Amino acid sequence: MKVPGSYYLIVAAAMFCIGAIGLLVRRNALVMFMCVELMLNAVNLTFVTFARMLDDIGGQVFVFFTLVVAAAEVVVGLALIVSIFRRRQGATADDVSLLRG
Amino acid sequence: MEWAVFVMFAVAALGGAGGVVMARKPVHAALSLVLTLFSVAVFFVMQGAHFLAAVQVIVYAGAVVVLFLFVIMLLGIDQEDVLDEPLPAQRPLAVAVGGALFAGLLLFAEILEPTGGPAARGSATQGDVVNVERLATSLFTDFLWPFEITSVLLVIAVVGGVVLARRGGAQPDDDVDEHIGADAGSDEGPAAALEQET
Repeated sequence: MKVPGSYYLIVAAAMFCIGAIGLLVRRNALVMFMCVELMLNAVNLTFVTFARMLDDIGGQVFVFFTLVVAAAEVVVGLALIVSIFRRRQGATADDVSLLRG
Repeated sequence: MEWAVFVMFAVAALGGAGGVVMARKPVHAALSLVLTLFSVAVFFVMQGAHFLAAVQVIVYAGAVVVLFLFVIMLLGIDQEDVLDEPLPAQRPLAVAVGGALFAGLLLFAEILEPTGGPAARGSATQGDVVNVERLATSLFTDFLWPFEITSVLLVIAVVGGVVLARRGGAQPDDDVDEHIGADAGSDEGPAAALEQET
């Protein structure tokens, strides 16, 4: 028996909100990045679910592009984090509130 | 059977997501993230997106999380986070905003009906054709131009990563010191001139 698409959508919405809460609550830049990944994945799940519900392959193609953009985002973001952490020892986002070295 | 799998992996996905938010150590957060990503891959399989499930496991659970763990180990920031909050209202407010977001999403899903025209780019469900073949046909016909731009994006990301994470070269610390010194010197200059005038 097939699980209806709305259940997947509910799980995806819950994942997205947990990711958003984590982004607001956590102060470690790395964990904040992981929360962004959570939110991206929730949206991916929504795309695939709608691709099945509406019977359109376009949703899956979009997930493919989202994966690529997410990979590029992780590379650049982690490089930024590495260069910030090399400069100062603080692990929290509060430490980088100034826009100067 | 499918319901059992769904419930099991829904619990795993949401538990992993909660683990990412609540784990004290970044390594534990990364491992919880693997749990969530793998559960999402299982959801992809259950909905017939086999290729995306494979890519999800390879790219996300493989490459991205390994990159996260690599950075955690490289920087040696595996000590426990301080989880106390400087702003007293931040945490309840964040949970309230998240809850409101969830309620809003459910409300909109209840009110609005997802409108779909007839599938513009071919059906997602498989007849005889496998999912990979459908996806490839759509990707290399309708979405060929975005696909090419994607390769440019990846090259830019690689170059950006190298430039940002490179050690040495520009020596940013020295630059800052020089600027501060230059500023101090220029501050002294007019003041000294003023004193001489008076």
